[in-house]
Parts: sequence; C-alpha cells; structure tokens
Amino acid sequence: MTPSSLPRDSALDLLRDMVRIRRLEERAGELYGASKIRGFLHLYIGEEAVAVGVLHALAADDAVVATYREHAHALLKGVPMKAIMAEMYGRQEGCSRGRGGSMHLFDARTRFFGGNAIVAGGLPLTVGLALAEHMQGGSRLCACFFGEGAMAEGAFHESINLAALWRLPVLFCCENNLYAMGTALERSQSQTDLCAKASAYKVEARAVDGMNVIAVHEATRHAVEHIRAGHGPFFLEFRTYRFRAHSMFDPQLYRDKEEVEQWKARGPIHTYSSQLKAEGLLDEPGFLAILAQVDAEVEEAIAYAENGSLEPIEDLSRDVYTPRSAP
Amino acid sequence: MSLVMTYREALREALRDAMQRDPRVFLMGEDVGRYGGSYAVSLGLLEAFGPERIRDAPLSELGFVGAGIGAALAGMRPIIEIMTVNFSLLALDPLMNTAAALRHMSGGQFSVPLVVRMATGAGRQLAAQHSHSLEGWFAHIPGLKILAPATVEDARGMLWPALLDPDPVLIFEHAQLYNLEGDPGDWASIDINRARIRRAGKDLTLITYGGTLGKALAAAEELAGVGIDCEVIDLRVLRPLDDATLLASVCKTRRALVVDEGWRSGSLSAEIITRIIEQGFYELDAPPARVCSAEVPIPYPRHLEEAALPQVASIVTAAQQLCQGKTT
Repeated sequence: MTPSSLPRDSALDLLRDMVRIRRLEERAGELYGASKIRGFLHLYIGEEAVAVGVLHALAADDAVVATYREHAHALLKGVPMKAIMAEMYGRQEGCSRGRGGSMHLFDARTRFFGGNAIVAGGLPLTVGLALAEHMQGGSRLCACFFGEGAMAEGAFHESINLAALWRLPVLFCCENNLYAMGTALERSQSQTDLCAKASAYKVEARAVDGMNVIAVHEATRHAVEHIRAGHGPFFLEFRTYRFRAHSMFDPQLYRDKEEVEQWKARGPIHTYSSQLKAEGLLDEPGFLAILAQVDAEVEEAIAYAENGSLEPIEDLSRDVYTPRSAP
Repeated sequence: MSLVMTYREALREALRDAMQRDPRVFLMGEDVGRYGGSYAVSLGLLEAFGPERIRDAPLSELGFVGAGIGAALAGMRPIIEIMTVNFSLLALDPLMNTAAALRHMSGGQFSVPLVVRMATGAGRQLAAQHSHSLEGWFAHIPGLKILAPATVEDARGMLWPALLDPDPVLIFEHAQLYNLEGDPGDWASIDINRARIRRAGKDLTLITYGGTLGKALAAAEELAGVGIDCEVIDLRVLRPLDDATLLASVCKTRRALVVDEGWRSGSLSAEIITRIIEQGFYELDAPPARVCSAEVPIPYPRHLEEAALPQVASIVTAAQQLCQGKTT
C-alpha cells in the first residue's frame, strides 16, 4: 500500500497528525526546560507513525488505553490540544483538571482511559472494557498501547490470556522502541520475538514497521477487521524508536549516538512527506502550510494553558469519592 | 418470623438477589462457578445464571481485578471474588493505583463502581499465607470503602448498597464466620455508613469488627459476671470510620478497648485509638488499650495460632486491667 492508494485528504491527514504530535511535543520539551511543565515528561518524538496509523484505523467510539507516553494518543483520540497543554501546565482547564499532568491524560467524552503510569497497568483495564463490551453485545473495540518492556510484566501475560480465553475485542498495540527506560530488550527478555509471545496465547500477531505510517495503518485496519468479525484479540508489534530521552532526566548512557542517528534517518515524518512529494500528493509550499497551521494550533494551546487557572486548594479532596446527593 | 441461615447462605442469597435485580451485575473470580466458590458461597449460582455471569477466572488476580475495574468503567456492576486476602496482594496494583485513584486523578471523570469480596482472617490452621487480616491496610487507601460484615444480617444486606455505591467497595468476610448461624433480620434496610452498638453497656467500650465481634461479645458476657458492663461496637465500615458513634460511646463509658485481628504496629487499632485521643482525650478515665494479633506470620499448629490471635481470655484480661480502680 502506498499513500496514493488512500484518498488524498486522508493521506495528508496522516502527515498533519504526525506533525501535530511532533510540534506539540517539541514545544512541551522547551516548556519543560522553562519550568512551565514539571513532574515527568515522556516524549513520543520518533514514534508518531504508530499512534497516527493506529488511531486513524479506529472508530470514534472505540476505547483507547495508553501509557504515560500518551500525548499523541490523547490528541488523536480527539482530546483538544489546548486541554492537553493545560493539563501539562497543571491548570484546571486541563483534560484531568490539572490533577494528572503529562502522565495522566483522561477524557471520558472521547473514551480515552488514560494516561497510565504503571507499566502494563492499562492492560487488565482494557480487558475489562472489552469484557463489558462483549457482555453488553456491543461492537466497539478496545485498543491498548504499551511498550515492549510491559511484556515482561505479569499483567501483560494475564491480560492477553484473558482476552484470548474469552475472545474479547482487544487490540494489543506494542510500541517496541527497543528500550524499557534504559534496558534493552535482549537484556531483559529471554524471548525477544514478541509476536511469539502473543502467539503462545493463540492470539493473531504481526510485526510491523512502526516508522512507516502507511504500514501501521494498513496492519491496524486488518487487525480491526479481524476483531470486529468476532475472531478475538489481535496483537501488533510496531518496531519503532524513541528519538528523545526516556524522560527529561535521562542522560542516555545506554545507547550510542550513532544508533539514534541511524533511526532518525528513518524518521516517520520526513520519510512519509518525501513519499507524498514523490507521488505528487504534496509540494513544499503545501508542507510549509501544514507546519504553519500546526504551529498556530500549538501556540494557541500554549496561550490557553498560560491563561488557565489553578484549581482552588479547597477542592483538594473533591472527587476522592463520587459526590452523592443526600438521601 | 425468624429465618435462621448461615453467614455463607446469607452471602449467597445476597448475590442471587443482586443478580436478579440488576442485569449489569456479574460475579467473577477463581472457582466461583463449577467449583461453587472456595468457601462454597456461590454454590448453585452457575446453574441459575450461567457461565457469562458466574464467570470462572484463571489464577490471575491482577488480571481479573483489573478487568473488573475496566468492566465497571464501561457500565457493568462486577462483583469480584478473591479467594483469600493474602491473594489480594497480587492485585494491589489495580486496586490502589487504578480503582482507588482513578476518579481523583481523572479530575472526577471516571467513577469505578466495583465490588470486591474476599475471605480474611485466621483460625482455621491455614498457616502463614492464608490467615492474615489485611483489611486495615486497605482502609489506609483514600478512594476505597471497606466493609466487614460480622453478622448474618450484614452478610445478607451489605452487598446491595455496596453495588449501589458509585465507588470501589471491598468486603472482607472473616473465614471463621461462614458457618455462623443467625437471623438476617431487617437486612433490606441496613446502611453501609455507620458502626453499630451490638451490646449496650456503661463501663467500657469494646470496639471491634468482623471475626472478633463474637469474641468481644463473649468477653462482655464474662465481664458482666465480674461487674464490668461493656458496650460493644461493631465498626462494620472500616473506611470511612464512623467517629461519631465511637466517640459517643467512649464519652459515655470513659474507657476504650480495641480488639483487632490485624497486627498492632501501624494498624487500624492504632488509627481508632488516635481518633479517640484526638477527639475525646479529656473524657477518658484511662488510657485506651488494645488486643491485637501477635506480630508474627500466623503459624500452623493450633496452640500457636490460638496464642497469636485475640481470644476471649485476652480481651477479658485487658478489660479488667483497663477498669482497675474504677469506681462506680
């Protein structure tokens, strides 16, 4: 499949969304340096093709559960960029009222269930969402994202077993960026063929070039069809790479600069935009127009966050429990 | 009309009733279906409701508790059975990091209407990995509600209000109580907010819950024989604690003894005594005291297990010490 086999608007949407993620995160990184954003900040830069390719293949009412590196997934699920930025600023206009920060973006309206900062913690949750869907006779599917590091956790194995055993509509999206923080896959898992692990649970599995948005999109569409047809869960391994540090505190002692540069040469945005240009779907002015449009959206989001308000301290204990009307 | 049933049967009838009343309710856990429940609580429910709603789960506490949370988020009303409290440690992550935290950290967007039931407590010679009382730990966690039914009435009545609660509720069933017989009484009108006075008295307040309620009541009878008239409070709800009922009683009797099968250090008994001192210090005639389990992993042989747990004799002794010099 090539970009030209998609409608032109869709082909350009994939590019635009990758650029939106990239620019949002580049600016977030700068704002972290300026102390506007605090706590942990995990950037997705380099991995954009995965979230874009997958989310464009899902329906609006499908559920998505992501990790603490989830700005992209929230954005593409439909959380407004300004609500994401305000959340990172800790403002009550944020998508979690500023209480979660970068790692805990939530949005009930778009069925975005976090924003989970326990590695593999979102997986059992996804299985439960899918179990409810199954018991209610619905046809929505539940996608979860997790890193390859999560596949060393018991939660992964318990979750995929449950999903397979009960043939639940779960799309397992492994973002294999080769390092669990600083620990390389081959240093932490005896079986490095991740699809083999999924296959051990009798789950259909496929490895995909996660730097190629079209490949991601196509593989996901196939997996979604499989799940919607009632054939049970599907596992996709997206081979990708994080260009930036794990978090803002990571000196990256565990990998060579040369390795990073090699992966950057395969960067998803420039390879895809080059492809679009080669196929005549995009020219340089068109690309610059996308950049300008995205930058305007990002700056608007930052202005919104800057102007946001802090939750009153009197509300500190609000929503530990659900407010109940007096009997 | 008296309708005597066991605590186990009361739990079962509560489950049956909830399943009939609300199609969103389902029971999930290890051996809840074909086996009938490790403590036979769900015996016969598979035949009545089928395998979708009486759902046997693999040995995956982390997985199926987490799945219960997800199902609750998506509109179901799951009841999760964990075989015994020690196994709940395998599910601490979803219980604390997700179920308890989700509403607050999502800015109020997601409530988790989940009910988790589990057996707790010692007394059956099941040794150091099946006998602990960790409900006090769970009562430490904001976002959870913790219930400890000590009577057949509460066993019958607590489940439905727990299911109506929009937030996660953990129900701790003391393993020694399953064969307890009693009248479910006015179960349909019970609350899950308040402590209850199980015996009125004027000299000393015995505060307890769950598996030690019976021991406290037996001790109170014995103490009555030596002229000490005990008021016995059944906490019922371990989080949030009903301070008002506790303090009203202690302010009347001026003496408090807490009986808690949990370990002493950093325990629920410590929390209760702190609250009594914080709110009732000047009403007290003696320092509050407590009878807890010995701070050891619960051992297998009967004599050592008995020595490790609060017993009627140790409660009586502690009460008499507390009442020394009392003038009536």
